[in-house]
Amino acid sequence: MAKKIVDGRGSFCPGPLMEMIAVLKSSQIGDELEVLSTDKGSANEIPEWVNKVGHEYVSTVEKDGVWHITMRKKK
Amino acid sequence: MMSSSKICVVVISGSLERLQMAAMVASVAAVSGSEVLVFFSMNALPHFIKGRTVKAAHEGEMGALMASKKVPEFKTLFEQAVELGDAKIFPCSMAMDVLGIEEKDLEDYLEKATGLTKFLHDGQDGQVWTF
Repeated sequence: MAKKIVDGRGSFCPGPLMEMIAVLKSSQIGDELEVLSTDKGSANEIPEWVNKVGHEYVSTVEKDGVWHITMRKKK
Repeated sequence: MMSSSKICVVVISGSLERLQMAAMVASVAAVSGSEVLVFFSMNALPHFIKGRTVKAAHEGEMGALMASKKVPEFKTLFEQAVELGDAKIFPCSMAMDVLGIEEKDLEDYLEKATGLTKFLHDGQDGQVWTF
Protein backbone atom coordinates (compact mmCIF):
# COMPACT_ATOMS: atom_id res chain seq x y z
CA MET A 1 0.00 0.00 0.00
CA ALA A 2 1.69 3.14 -1.18
CA LYS A 3 1.13 6.62 0.13
CA LYS A 4 1.26 9.32 -2.52
CA ILE A 5 1.27 13.10 -2.29
CA VAL A 6 -0.61 15.11 -4.93
CA ASP A 7 0.61 18.69 -4.86
CA GLY A 8 -2.26 20.89 -6.07
CA ARG A 9 -1.07 24.02 -4.26
CA GLY A 10 -1.60 27.25 -6.16
CA SER A 11 -4.24 25.75 -8.44
CA PHE A 12 -7.99 26.33 -8.24
CA CYS A 13 -11.06 24.13 -8.37
CA PRO A 14 -11.32 21.66 -10.10
CA GLY A 15 -7.53 21.51 -10.73
CA PRO A 16 -6.53 19.64 -7.53
CA LEU A 17 -9.43 17.17 -7.99
CA MET A 18 -8.40 16.40 -11.57
CA GLU A 19 -4.74 16.00 -10.57
CA MET A 20 -5.83 13.61 -7.83
CA ILE A 21 -7.95 11.54 -10.25
CA ALA A 22 -5.04 11.30 -12.68
CA VAL A 23 -2.83 9.86 -9.90
CA LEU A 24 -5.69 7.65 -8.70
CA LYS A 25 -5.94 6.02 -12.13
CA SER A 26 -2.38 4.74 -11.89
CA SER A 27 -2.70 3.66 -8.24
CA GLN A 28 -3.52 0.32 -6.65
CA ILE A 29 -6.54 -0.46 -4.49
CA GLY A 30 -5.65 0.39 -0.91
CA ASP A 31 -3.21 3.16 -1.83
CA GLU A 32 -3.57 6.37 0.13
CA LEU A 33 -3.47 9.77 -1.57
CA GLU A 34 -2.88 13.02 0.26
CA VAL A 35 -3.85 16.07 -1.78
CA LEU A 36 -2.30 19.41 -0.87
CA SER A 37 -4.47 22.37 -1.83
CA THR A 38 -4.49 26.09 -1.11
CA ASP A 39 -7.99 26.34 -2.55
CA LYS A 40 -10.82 26.01 -0.03
CA GLY A 41 -13.30 24.98 -2.74
CA SER A 42 -11.22 21.89 -3.44
CA ALA A 43 -11.15 21.03 0.27
CA ASN A 44 -14.95 20.80 0.08
CA GLU A 45 -15.22 19.26 -3.37
CA ILE A 46 -12.69 16.43 -3.04
CA PRO A 47 -14.38 14.64 -0.07
CA GLU A 48 -17.73 15.10 -1.87
CA TRP A 49 -16.32 13.42 -4.99
CA VAL A 50 -14.59 10.64 -3.02
CA ASN A 51 -17.83 9.71 -1.26
CA LYS A 52 -19.96 9.97 -4.40
CA VAL A 53 -17.69 7.78 -6.48
CA GLY A 54 -17.23 5.19 -3.71
CA HIS A 55 -13.67 5.55 -2.48
CA GLU A 56 -12.79 6.06 1.19
CA TYR A 57 -12.47 9.58 2.55
CA VAL A 58 -9.99 9.62 5.41
CA SER A 59 -9.47 13.16 6.69
CA THR A 60 -8.97 16.86 6.01
CA VAL A 61 -6.48 18.92 8.00
CA GLU A 62 -5.66 22.59 7.46
CA LYS A 63 -2.15 23.70 8.30
CA ASP A 64 -0.68 27.14 7.50
CA GLY A 65 -3.20 27.84 4.73
CA VAL A 66 -2.76 24.44 3.07
CA TRP A 67 -5.48 21.79 3.19
CA HIS A 68 -4.29 18.18 3.39
CA ILE A 69 -7.10 15.95 2.11
CA THR A 70 -6.49 12.23 2.50
CA MET A 71 -8.41 9.45 0.75
CA ARG A 72 -7.96 5.75 0.02
CA LYS A 73 -8.58 4.01 -3.29
CA LYS A 74 -11.29 1.38 -2.86
CA LYS A 75 -11.92 0.07 -6.37
CA MET B 1 -17.12 3.52 -15.05
CA MET B 2 -20.88 2.98 -15.31
CA SER B 3 -22.73 6.11 -16.34
CA SER B 4 -25.77 6.99 -14.30
CA SER B 5 -26.82 10.07 -16.26
CA LYS B 6 -26.12 11.92 -19.47
CA ILE B 7 -25.07 15.55 -19.67
CA CYS B 8 -24.83 17.55 -22.89
CA VAL B 9 -22.68 20.67 -22.89
CA VAL B 10 -23.19 23.04 -25.82
CA VAL B 11 -20.49 25.70 -26.09
CA ILE B 12 -20.80 28.53 -28.58
CA SER B 13 -19.13 31.43 -26.77
CA GLY B 14 -15.46 32.24 -27.19
CA SER B 15 -15.23 34.14 -23.90
CA LEU B 16 -12.91 32.93 -21.15
CA GLU B 17 -15.57 32.80 -18.45
CA ARG B 18 -17.97 30.70 -20.50
CA LEU B 19 -15.30 28.34 -21.83
CA GLN B 20 -13.98 27.93 -18.28
CA MET B 21 -17.39 27.18 -16.77
CA ALA B 22 -18.24 24.77 -19.61
CA ALA B 23 -14.91 22.98 -19.08
CA MET B 24 -15.53 22.73 -15.34
CA VAL B 25 -19.01 21.26 -15.80
CA ALA B 26 -17.81 18.82 -18.48
CA SER B 27 -14.74 17.62 -16.58
CA VAL B 28 -16.32 17.24 -13.16
CA ALA B 29 -19.41 15.52 -14.59
CA ALA B 30 -17.25 13.19 -16.69
CA VAL B 31 -15.21 11.98 -13.70
CA SER B 32 -18.28 11.64 -11.47
CA GLY B 33 -20.09 8.90 -13.34
CA SER B 34 -21.97 10.86 -16.00
CA GLU B 35 -21.73 10.33 -19.73
CA VAL B 36 -20.83 13.74 -21.14
CA LEU B 37 -21.36 14.90 -24.73
CA VAL B 38 -19.81 18.26 -25.61
CA PHE B 39 -20.60 20.21 -28.77
CA PHE B 40 -18.36 23.09 -29.90
CA SER B 41 -19.68 25.58 -32.41
CA MET B 42 -19.55 29.29 -33.30
CA ASN B 43 -16.86 31.30 -31.46
CA ALA B 44 -15.92 28.40 -29.20
CA LEU B 45 -14.53 26.17 -31.94
CA PRO B 46 -11.56 28.30 -33.16
CA HIS B 47 -9.98 27.94 -29.68
CA PHE B 48 -9.50 24.25 -30.39
CA ILE B 49 -7.55 24.67 -33.62
CA LYS B 50 -4.06 23.19 -33.13
CA GLY B 51 -1.32 25.70 -32.52
CA ARG B 52 -3.67 28.59 -31.86
CA THR B 53 -2.05 31.17 -29.61
CA VAL B 54 -4.88 33.71 -29.31
CA LYS B 55 -6.11 33.76 -25.71
CA ALA B 56 -9.84 33.74 -24.98
CA ALA B 57 -10.97 37.28 -24.16
CA HIS B 58 -12.59 37.85 -20.79
CA GLU B 59 -16.06 39.33 -20.38
CA GLY B 60 -15.57 40.94 -17.01
CA GLU B 61 -14.01 41.10 -13.59
CA MET B 62 -13.83 37.36 -12.90
CA GLY B 63 -12.25 36.55 -16.24
CA ALA B 64 -9.59 39.20 -15.72
CA LEU B 65 -8.86 37.82 -12.25
CA MET B 66 -8.74 34.24 -13.50
CA ALA B 67 -6.31 35.19 -16.25
CA SER B 68 -3.92 36.48 -13.56
CA LYS B 69 -4.17 33.37 -11.35
CA LYS B 70 -3.27 29.72 -11.75
CA VAL B 71 -6.75 28.41 -12.59
CA PRO B 72 -6.63 25.19 -14.63
CA GLU B 73 -6.74 26.02 -18.36
CA PHE B 74 -10.07 25.25 -19.98
CA LYS B 75 -8.35 23.24 -22.71
CA THR B 76 -6.61 21.08 -20.11
CA LEU B 77 -9.95 20.47 -18.36
CA PHE B 78 -11.68 19.46 -21.60
CA GLU B 79 -8.81 17.08 -22.37
CA GLN B 80 -9.01 15.62 -18.84
CA ALA B 81 -12.77 15.17 -19.28
CA VAL B 82 -11.96 12.86 -22.19
CA GLU B 83 -8.89 11.15 -20.72
CA LEU B 84 -9.96 10.70 -17.11
CA GLY B 85 -13.72 10.52 -17.55
CA ASP B 86 -16.50 9.49 -19.85
CA ALA B 87 -16.65 12.53 -22.15
CA LYS B 88 -16.75 12.90 -25.91
CA ILE B 89 -16.24 16.26 -27.59
CA PHE B 90 -17.75 16.93 -31.01
CA PRO B 91 -16.79 19.81 -33.29
CA CYS B 92 -19.75 21.25 -35.22
CA SER B 93 -19.49 20.36 -38.91
CA MET B 94 -21.08 23.64 -39.98
CA ALA B 95 -18.55 25.70 -38.00
CA MET B 96 -15.72 23.64 -39.52
CA ASP B 97 -17.01 24.32 -43.03
CA VAL B 98 -17.25 28.05 -42.34
CA LEU B 99 -13.72 28.09 -40.89
CA GLY B 100 -12.46 25.96 -43.78
CA ILE B 101 -10.79 23.45 -41.46
CA GLU B 102 -10.61 19.66 -41.24
CA GLU B 103 -10.47 17.25 -38.31
CA LYS B 104 -6.67 17.09 -38.49
CA ASP B 105 -6.56 20.84 -37.78
CA LEU B 106 -8.30 20.38 -34.42
CA GLU B 107 -6.92 19.16 -31.09
CA ASP B 108 -6.53 15.37 -31.04
CA TYR B 109 -8.95 14.79 -28.16
CA LEU B 110 -11.90 15.98 -30.27
CA GLU B 111 -14.11 13.44 -32.04
CA LYS B 112 -15.14 13.51 -35.68
CA ALA B 113 -17.18 16.43 -37.03
CA THR B 114 -20.81 16.13 -36.05
CA GLY B 115 -23.95 17.86 -37.22
CA LEU B 116 -26.85 19.01 -35.10
CA THR B 117 -29.08 16.17 -36.26
CA LYS B 118 -26.78 13.57 -34.74
CA PHE B 119 -25.97 15.60 -31.63
CA LEU B 120 -29.64 16.27 -30.89
CA HIS B 121 -30.42 12.60 -31.39
CA ASP B 122 -27.57 11.37 -29.19
CA GLY B 123 -28.35 13.88 -26.45
CA GLN B 124 -32.12 13.72 -26.40
CA ASP B 125 -32.30 11.83 -23.09
CA GLY B 126 -29.77 14.01 -21.26
CA GLN B 127 -29.58 17.31 -19.39
CA VAL B 128 -28.49 20.18 -21.63
CA TRP B 129 -26.11 22.89 -20.44
CA THR B 130 -25.50 25.79 -22.79
CA PHE B 131 -22.56 28.20 -22.68
